[in-house]
Formats: sequence, C-alpha cells, structure tokens
Amino acid sequence: MEQIILFAPLVGAILGGFGWKIIGETGAQWLTTSLLFLAAILSWVVFLTFDASAYDNGTYTIDILTFIQSGTLDTSWAIRMDRLTATMLIVITTVSALVHLYSFGYMAHDDNFPDTAYKARFFAYLSFFTFAMLMLVTADNLVQMFFGWEGVGVASYLLIGFYYKKPSANAAAIKAFVVNRVGDFGFALGIFALFYLTGSINFDVIFSEAGDLSTQTITFLWRDWPALEVVAFLLFIGAMGKSAQLLLHTWLPDAMEGPTPVSALIHAATMVTAGVFLVCRMSPIMEFAPTATAFVVFLGATTAFFAATVGLVQNDIKRVIAYSTCSQLGYMFVAAGIGVYSVAMFHLLTHAFFKAMLFLGAGSVIHGMHHEQDMRNYGGLRHKLPYTFWAMMIGTLAITGVGIPLLYIGFPVGFAGFVSKDAIIESAFAAGQGYAFWMLVISALFTSFYSWRLIFLTFYGEPRGDKHTHEHAHESPKVMLAPLAILAVGAIFAGMVFYKPFFGSAKYVGQYFGVPYAAQEHGEDHGDDHGGDDKAKTHYAFAGEPGQGAIYVAPENTTLDDAHSVPVWVKLAPFFAMLLGFVTAWIFYIRKPELPKQLATQQAPLYNFLLNKWYFDELYDAVFVKPAKQIGKFFWKRGDGAVIDGGINGLAMGIIPMLTRLAGRAQSGYVFTYAFAMVIGIAVILTFFTIFGDY
Amino acid sequence: MLSQDLNTILPEIVISLYAMGALLAAVYTVKDKAGPLLVWLTSGLFVAVAFWIGTTGEGATEAFSGMFQDDAFSRFAKVAILLSAAAVLLMSQEYMQKRDLLRFEYPLLIALAVVGMMMMVSAGDLMALYMGLELQSLALYVVASLRRDSVKSTEAGLKYFVLGALSSGLLLYGASLTYGFAGTTTFAGIIEATEDGVSLGLLFGLVFLSAGFAFKVSAAPFHMWTPDVYEGSPTPVTAFFATAPKIAAMALFARVVHDAFGNSISDWQQIVAFLSVVSMFLGAIAAIGQRDIKRLMAYSSIAHMGFALMGLAAGTAFGVQAMLVYLGIYVAMNIGTFAFILSMEKDGMPVTDIHALQMYSKREPLKAVAMLVLLFSLAGVPPMLGFFGKLYVLQAAYGAGLAWLAVAGVIASVIGAFYYLRIVYFMYFGEERDEALDTGSSPVLWAFLVGSAAVMVVGVVNLFGIEPLAEAASLALVN
Repeated sequence: MEQIILFAPLVGAILGGFGWKIIGETGAQWLTTSLLFLAAILSWVVFLTFDASAYDNGTYTIDILTFIQSGTLDTSWAIRMDRLTATMLIVITTVSALVHLYSFGYMAHDDNFPDTAYKARFFAYLSFFTFAMLMLVTADNLVQMFFGWEGVGVASYLLIGFYYKKPSANAAAIKAFVVNRVGDFGFALGIFALFYLTGSINFDVIFSEAGDLSTQTITFLWRDWPALEVVAFLLFIGAMGKSAQLLLHTWLPDAMEGPTPVSALIHAATMVTAGVFLVCRMSPIMEFAPTATAFVVFLGATTAFFAATVGLVQNDIKRVIAYSTCSQLGYMFVAAGIGVYSVAMFHLLTHAFFKAMLFLGAGSVIHGMHHEQDMRNYGGLRHKLPYTFWAMMIGTLAITGVGIPLLYIGFPVGFAGFVSKDAIIESAFAAGQGYAFWMLVISALFTSFYSWRLIFLTFYGEPRGDKHTHEHAHESPKVMLAPLAILAVGAIFAGMVFYKPFFGSAKYVGQYFGVPYAAQEHGEDHGDDHGGDDKAKTHYAFAGEPGQGAIYVAPENTTLDDAHSVPVWVKLAPFFAMLLGFVTAWIFYIRKPELPKQLATQQAPLYNFLLNKWYFDELYDAVFVKPAKQIGKFFWKRGDGAVIDGGINGLAMGIIPMLTRLAGRAQSGYVFTYAFAMVIGIAVILTFFTIFGDY
Repeated sequence: MLSQDLNTILPEIVISLYAMGALLAAVYTVKDKAGPLLVWLTSGLFVAVAFWIGTTGEGATEAFSGMFQDDAFSRFAKVAILLSAAAVLLMSQEYMQKRDLLRFEYPLLIALAVVGMMMMVSAGDLMALYMGLELQSLALYVVASLRRDSVKSTEAGLKYFVLGALSSGLLLYGASLTYGFAGTTTFAGIIEATEDGVSLGLLFGLVFLSAGFAFKVSAAPFHMWTPDVYEGSPTPVTAFFATAPKIAAMALFARVVHDAFGNSISDWQQIVAFLSVVSMFLGAIAAIGQRDIKRLMAYSSIAHMGFALMGLAAGTAFGVQAMLVYLGIYVAMNIGTFAFILSMEKDGMPVTDIHALQMYSKREPLKAVAMLVLLFSLAGVPPMLGFFGKLYVLQAAYGAGLAWLAVAGVIASVIGAFYYLRIVYFMYFGEERDEALDTGSSPVLWAFLVGSAAVMVVGVVNLFGIEPLAEAASLALVN
C-alpha cells in the first residue's frame, strides 16, 4: 500500500507528461488527478491505522531496492514508516489531490499559452513534485532524502517558471533554485559530516549512535567543534533554504510568479515545510545540540516577526500570503528548536490546511478578477464571490487563531490555527525563551492585522480599480470550490481533533509517536492545563533512547509538560494580540479607510522599509549578485575570452600555420637537403648520447 | 639439418620460386598481357601463404644457425604483410590497367619485395637483416618509378634510391660498428655481449642502425623522402608504400632493439621516444599545408609511425603488443583510404587535390560516409577503431613511465585532427563546384572502401580478436 502511495504520482507524472499525446490532455489530467486521489485515500488509511506501539521503535521499513553500494556506503531505497512520515503523507497527498482537482478549473484557460498545449505539462509537473516530496518524507536514509529534497527543488523550479515566456517567471525560478543551492550546500555538508562520523547515512544507525557522538568533536573551518552542533547547524542551513527562513527567504515571495495552485501546494503546504520536517526527523541529533537549536529558535522567531512586518504593507494578494507562510514557518521552527517536535508537526499539519485554503481562495479571487492580483483594485467582492468569501473567511479565522480561550472540553475549542499556534507560543514561554515568546506574540498581532486587511480590502468596501473587471467578476466553477470546502473542514477541525496526540501530555504524544514514556515520580500537584481534565494529575516524561520512536526528546527536556502549566496571561496573550490586530485592521480599512494612507506618508521611512522587505533584495544584490556578476564577467571576458580563446586562436591560427610553412620550406625537393636532414638527425642523436649518456 | 632449415623458410622459397618462374614464363610468352592474371595469381598466393603461415606455424624455430627466426612475432608480421600486400594488389589492377601501367613485372616485383619483408621480420642476424632489407628496397625503388614516361615518377624512384642508398650506408656503418664492438653479428650474440652494459661504440652502432630503420619507417627527421615519393609514385604503389613496408620495418626495428639490444632498453628508449615525438608533431603540423591528398597521406603516415614508435618506446611486452595492434589498425585504415583515393577521378584522369572533394557527400553519400568514418578513425575520434589504437599506445607509454610522451601524443593528435576533419568539412559543408569528380567506381575499390569503414566501426567490439594474437607475438619477442 505504501508503495502505491509513493509510485502512483510518479506513474501519473510519466504517463501524463510523456504520453499525453496518446491519451490526450484531458486524459492526462484525469489520470494524474485520479492517481493522486487514490494515493490520498490510501494515505489516510495508513495514517489512521498506523499504530506506533505495534512496531519496534514505532517504525517499520519497506525495502524497495538496493540504492547505492560503494565501499562502506551501503544503503537501500526503502520507505520508513513512522508517525512523522504518516503525518506528512496525509498532508502531501491530500493537498496535492485537491490542488490537482482545483487546477482543472484554474488552468482551464491561459492567455500565456495561446497555441501550445500546457495542461498536461502542468499536471505532470504537479504529480512529479508530489512523488519527489513523498520520496523526501518516506526516506530511510539521508541520501534518499536528499534525492527527494533536490527533486522537489527541480519541480519547484519548473513550476515557478511554468510561464517560461515571462522573463520575471524565469528570473524567479532561477532565484529560487540558486538560493536553495546555498541551503543545499549546508545540507550536503551535514550529510558528509554524519557519514564521516558514523560511517553510515541510514537513520537507524545515525540515531543509535547519536548519544555517543554527543561527546565527540569535529574539525571544521580551522577549529574543533562539538560534532553534533556542527551537524545540526549544517542541516538547519539546508532547512533554512527550503523553508525560506531569514537570510535565505528571498526566493519565496518571488516564487509567487508560478500559477496559484502551485503556490498553494508547494510554497505553502508541502515543500516549504520540508525544512521543519528535516529538523523533526533529525530530532535525535538536535536534542544533543543546544547551541544549534538555540539558533534555530532565534532565527525562527526573527523570521516570524520579520515576515509578519513585511506582510503588513504588501499589496499583491499572493505576496501577503507568501509572507504569511514565511512567518508561520518561523513559528514551526521555534517549536522544533525548543524541542517540542510534535507541536511543530502539529502546526505544520494545521497550517497546510488553512494556508492551502487561503492560497486556493486567493486563486479563486484572481481567477474571478481576470488575473488581477493587486488588492488595491479589489473591494466589495463578497457579493460577487460568496463561496470564495466564506472560504477565505474560514482560512483567516484559522490563521489568526480565533477560538475560545481557557475553555477545555477534552480539547480546546477553536479553529485549527488557534490550537496549534497557541501551543507553540505556550511552549516557547515554558521553555524560557522570552525573546521567541514575545516575537511570536507580536507576530500573532501582525498576522491578525494583515489577514484581516486582506479580507477587508478584498471583500468589503467599495469596488476599486477597473470597473470593467469588477462588472465581469464571477464566482469560480464548482471544481475549484470543492477543494475549498474539503480544506475548510481541516481548517476548522484539525486543531481540535489532533490536539491530544500532538500536544497532549507526554503519555499521549509518546503513544502516538511510538516514543517510550514514564510517569514522573516527583510530579507535584499543580493545577492542570486547559480546565483540568487530567484528574489523575500524574505527570509523564519521555524516556526513550535516540532512535526509539519517530521523534526523540531528551529526558531533561520537559517543555511539553511545562507548556500546559504556564500562567493564564500567557495563554491569553496571543488571543488578545489577535483581537488587537483585528480591531486595528477594522479601524484602518472599514472605519477610516483614509487612515492607512496618512500613516504611510507620516511614517514614510518605516513604510518604505517594510514595503521593500527590509531591503534584503537590494542588499543581496549589492553584496552577492553584483560582485558575482562582475567576477563572472571578468572570467568570461578576460579569462575565457582573452586568455583561453586568445591563446587557442593564437596557437591554432598563428603558431601552427607558421610551423607548417617552416616544414613546407624544409621540404625543398632537393635530395641534398633531405640527406642533410638525415645527417643532422644522426648528429643530434649522437651528440645527445655523447654528452648526456653516462659513459 | 639443411632440409630442416629449408623447411622453416619454405613460405619464402615458394614465393621466390613463383616470382622467378612467373617472370621467366611471362617474358617469353605474352608479356604484359599476363599482367591482370599475374595480379590475381600473386594476391591469391599471398592469401594462401598467409593462411598457411597463420594456421600451421607454432612455437619458435631457428634456421641457418639462428640467422632466421620463425616465431609468433614474425608470423604475426608476415600475415599482416601478406594480406595487406594482397589487398593493395587487388585494388591496383584496374587503375594500372586503365593507365597502361600494368606491366607483368609489377606484381612480381611486389612479390619479391614481400619476400624481402618476410626475411626482415624473421631476421636473427645483422646480415640476414640487411639481405631482407635490400631485397625489399630494390624492388620498391623500381616500382616507385614504374611510370617511366612521367618525370615525377622517375624523380620519385631516383630520390628514393639515392636516399635509400644513404640510409643503407648508415645502417651498414651501424652494423659494422656493432660487429666491431660485440664481435658477432647474430642478435643472440650481441645480447650476450651487452649483458654488462653497452659500450659507447656499440651505442653508436645502435644509433646508426636506428637511423636506417627510421628511414624505412619514415620517421622524422629521416622522413624527407616520403612526401615526394608518395606524390610521384603511381597511386597504387603509394598505397603499397604506406602499408606492408611499414609493418615490416617497424617489426624489424622492434626485433633488433629487443632481440639484440634488449639489455639496454633505457638507451634506445630515448632514441625511439625522440623519433616518436618528432614524427608525431612533424606529421601533424606539416600535413596542414598540403592540398595534395597523397602528400597529405604521406605526412599522415609519418604521424602514425610516430604513434607506433610510442608503443615501441615503452620498452615492454605490452608496448610491442600496442605497436602491433596499432599497425594492424593503421594498415586497415590506409587500405580503405587509398581505395577511396584510387577512385578519385575526373574524366578518367586521377585527381589528388583535396578541394576536388567539395560537397562530395551530395553526389556519393555512401562513399562520403565511409570516408568520413575512415578519416575520423585516422584522426582518432572515438568510437572508431583508430581511437583504440591510439589508446593502446598511450597506455603503453604511460605504463612505462613515459607520461610526457603520452601527453605529447595527445597534443599532436589534436593538431593532426585538423587536416582530417578539413576533408570531412569539404565533403559535407564545402562549396559547390563545377568541376566535380566522376561518380561510380570499380566494385573492388568500393568493397575495400566500405569494408574498411565497416571494420572501423564494427571492430570496436573485440578488434577482431587481434589482441590475443598481438599479445602472443609480443611475448615471443620480449621475455
């Protein structure tokens, strides 16, 4: 069954991509989509029936074939099934299947390709991406994971540059690829380091040796470092690239050049979360690298804040959501960095639903508004696009974290984002990460503001911009609305349903992830979390060794448990931040629509700073791109052009013909010249031997 | 004893008797009318003797107290000489007949030259060596000037003769020095005398001997006769010059340096490496200026001999093996190429200007493709057979610690690729010309051309199994 999940998208991609001339464009669309739905259904079966306690270490492996055998590197291509993989499976296949379906409507007509067939190509790319992503998450070793990692990179490149006739799309695709290379370099170094340390790239071996490795050092960049700190740091650099964290984030907003379904699938729900998945997967390493994880927390929190501030002022509807994604990924990294990997995965799961929904909703708006993406030209669309409006509303309620605080009826009550985001913020406080905690709370305020700003600008107020476009605005076809409806279910209920297994006590999480746990003896009585459901008041802690279970949490890491007993004001903080953001947005865009403009002129430097995304692109352009171009130009003009071409040309067109003429002249036609040459030859050889021979 | 000795040299005796008998018979009967028949008879005899030697000979036998050696090495060389001579003879018939050149002496002179070559590769003594060499040379001087009414042809014959005499003089001087310092003329005796190292006098002898051989293989700087003789001689004779005598002279060179001077490899290695590198570069560079395809092929053969010498310079059994494989491939390529050159005609007159080949691919697509394959192979472009020949000798040189020679060889082959590819360029991308070559050619030439091209492609599979034979031959020589 797992094999079918993995290979169904590949079969679809190959048959649809290469065989569409035989089965037709529509045939290719149906084929890829139905195979994806098959994979999605099977994934849910696997996810729901997966019982971690049934297997050793909560993991089982399905061998597919021998992958690489070279020297001591011996690795097979295998599917590693545990709770992490199962979770990712449903996220990937569900969103992918819905995006396939949605694309039927969204890609039906495209002005970029008036005469060429493009639909089959699009669907084949989507399916290929899905296969690569599944390869990544089912990987049983680092190289297989790297294969998937690069595979999704290629698919992302192809899909961002899908409109290959647009220069901006090509530029964005290349940017995404190149920036990701920087991260991949770190990832590759991390793999090398692990292979160097353990002699293996298989997760089983690496995890079982993690404890021993924690005391070793490794020489890197001219000095000795704790081995696992280096490894964790390098792996995180890889994660930074893929997940668009600060410093390597610049490609994500540009990636919105791709068709909107692509943004929903790749740049919101799945690929960009690969970095979070990587950190969670490598939790046995991360747990022994306190410095590296502190860096993860710092960078995640900073990214969450940075992206949220930029999101405040963007006008392109997709860019707002893109920065929102960037920001939410920061949340996940904070969770992963402080060692509550289950919470990181929790937010990954819920985020996939509501962010895919927001993107697909935005796509529906763009589709209805004839590919107008500037929110300043929207307004008052809730009557024209009623279903889309409600979908976006649900997505916004989920991302801003609307719920009933402090109410606990076996689970907290609220939209998906409410539950998972609060879990992260509480964990951050419990872990004693003051900086991260405050950054995330402020980000929650900003998130609320820009999300509501998006809703108000798009669906409320007076229609702005081109009148003609507004008159012809239309609701999207059912094939695009159906995926929104399904995602809405996830956006509303995912948080409440999956609360316990991802953010319950260590007992539930341990059971769910197959991690051994033990009752804590010194557990004193303090008031239990969320209304005091757990009457036994026994505290549990993880008690596994690295490699036991899908994640590893060190016994001294009690953040998960502590997070349930944070002060009440901590629990309320994100809720009030959300309210504040909502009210501000309401005043700015409903009550006094002239206010934003005034503020922008009043605070022009700050406004421009945010509008220009903290000038990161300009900075990189000046520091990296321009010098690199200059170096390239130097080597091109001087090195290749002058030295190499000049040298070869001079040799081929100057020296060799000269020698040819010389040889021709020597061939005089006179016998005595020839005889003379022979005698000279003899004389040379004899002289050589007389002088240099040892006689 | 004598009957055994005669038995050992029976193949040579058979061909000699045939040549003399046929000469007598023809001169008193139909004279030149017997030409075509004798061509077929002679080549048939060559093939038969080649088959005889190739299938029945085994082990190593000496005759005439070691003056004549019959071993795997000599048999390999003899079979190659006989087969290539037969091929060239067959190719030449129509060309010679058309130009009233097919005198009955021609095939018989070739037969005598072949006997001389067989003697050369079997020589176990300096005197036997010289006898074979001169028998071969005298026959070749005559065929070079076969076209008596042509100034060029007689000039070629005369030049060849005068310079050949000079080289023979050098060789004889070397032989006498060797005899003087070693006290014997047999190779077995010389190698015994040099067990404690060679004296400077013996070394001088070696140098002069080498100069003589270098002249025969047309290695630079003893190559000067080659372009003039190649150009002046009738084309079939040129084809013959480019094939069988090269094998014989290279084999003789290898036999002398290994059998007689096998104790002083480091000394002659320097000479051979010098000859090799000079030949490769001179052949590559000087050919660029040529418009006449026969002169071009002369320089091409100089460069190729440089590569073959590279194998010999390695001084190892593998080096000799590489040399033999290279020679085999070289001869196969040259037979095909000369079959093409022989078919280059305009209004029945032979044409040798390479510019006449402009856009040849339009008129004769198949022949153009065959020639393209051959030229690629000559240039050493993979996957043609010529590449593997070069690879072999490069491996041998590198394996023997002559990395610099291997690098030089690669550079020279890059330069040399130019003039081969220029012909391809003319054939496929040149400009249309009015004075186009005639189309159509004799089936014999066509068969040799296409067959040779096919060999260049198909041979990649296992080199037609000559590797183990060449290995056995080299082991018989070097041990």
